[in-house]
Amino acid sequence: MLGAAENVILIGGSAGSYDLIIQILKALPAYFTCAIIVVIHRNSKYETQIESSLSSQLEKNIESAQDKGRIKQNWIYFAPPGYHLLIEPNKTFSLDQSEPIQFSRPSIDVTFESVADVYGDKASAFLLSGANQDGSNGIAHVLRNGGQAFVQNPAESKMDVMTKYAISQNENALICDNKKIIQYFSTIN
Amino acid sequence: MDQLNSNVNISFEELEDLIYLMKNVSDYDLSGYTKTSLKRRVQRIMALEKMDYMDLKNAVVNVEGFYNYFIQEITVNVTEMFRDPEFYSLLTTEVFSYLKTFPKIKIWSAGCATGEEVYSLSIVLKENNLTDKSFIYGTDINSQVLETAKKGIYPIKKVKNYTENFNIYNSNEEFSTYYTAMYDAAIINHDLRKNMLFSIHNLATDNVFNEFQLIVCRNVLIYFDLELQKRVFTLFYESLCLFGFLCLGPKETLYNHEVSKKFRVVNKTYNIYQKIK
Repeated sequence: MLGAAENVILIGGSAGSYDLIIQILKALPAYFTCAIIVVIHRNSKYETQIESSLSSQLEKNIESAQDKGRIKQNWIYFAPPGYHLLIEPNKTFSLDQSEPIQFSRPSIDVTFESVADVYGDKASAFLLSGANQDGSNGIAHVLRNGGQAFVQNPAESKMDVMTKYAISQNENALICDNKKIIQYFSTIN
Repeated sequence: MDQLNSNVNISFEELEDLIYLMKNVSDYDLSGYTKTSLKRRVQRIMALEKMDYMDLKNAVVNVEGFYNYFIQEITVNVTEMFRDPEFYSLLTTEVFSYLKTFPKIKIWSAGCATGEEVYSLSIVLKENNLTDKSFIYGTDINSQVLETAKKGIYPIKKVKNYTENFNIYNSNEEFSTYYTAMYDAAIINHDLRKNMLFSIHNLATDNVFNEFQLIVCRNVLIYFDLELQKRVFTLFYESLCLFGFLCLGPKETLYNHEVSKKFRVVNKTYNIYQKIK
């Protein structure tokens, strides 16, 4: 399918991850062939406009993932608040409003696991700052399916619960400083 | 409980086998459900029941009534009263303001789960003095949730959230006037359940059963693939009178489908449509 992304890079974060995510998105090259999927915890009662404001600010293709939408190259998708973001075997998004996992909806675990199931070794995942244990199972599933997983250095995480927990559960996850994370994203193609 | 999902994993091929099996042993056709969501629900059942994939297949075929339990557990029944409060404000200003001139307002709440949406609609009708000429049909595939819906009794701990929603929708009334609190339960007032009926209806296989002025089906179509969505939208189109309204969830759109040409958009954010031809 024309424009369909063959590789997916995942970013999961919660409290204290937002600034780094902005830095990551700013560092991206003008064109890249993968798709980037961002899952951050935010309150569904206050519909934020992160996607549209970032899109105009950074001049990049950024949108809230649409139910049944295709996963395209050179696009950055955010999981909409109040829904779990899943990937269908035909590489389209689907949304799900089942119970929160680890008190979170969207759940980082759910999206990471779902992407790993469909993209296998074409999936890479980054887990950033956060104050709960979401993301760890997702990182494990990405690694189990042949993908690469990176966890922000807890020393640099504004909230280190999430990163510390994920590292404790996943010995094969690579620990990265912010500088290295940003560098990684600046060189993707 | 939250950890259950990650312990069990089935492949998409195994899921397809299970869907085929269910179709053979029951009337339930799950082939139009979104695969990933269904897979997670199946894995959840396996974790709850401590079953592996073979146990599950065996139970579906050989354990009497198991497939009914299976259907009950795979459907997502998350709902709340006055979910998306702005939507209920729009019902008054955009929908009931139009329908109030109609002699009768028949409403279909499709996929109503435990009934919170039906009672929310009933409250909005009452506030618009439309109770006496309206009737609400609440339907779902899951017979067990419909039993809860018929009772109209909800845990008091959920009512706090419902009250917050209601206060955004209407800050002039007290939500507490619509229910009676008893011990740890809130019982919906009798006058709010006069004109309603709850019944089983399977959107994937059942057909038109009445003509409606309003169909509300929110956060159900996200679980269906495009093909099944097409079937359901045709069913809704055929069930609506001319100038009747269709309300979907905030993430559910008609635009992927041809039938959208026969509707006008009333509100884009909350996906409210009106049948115009």
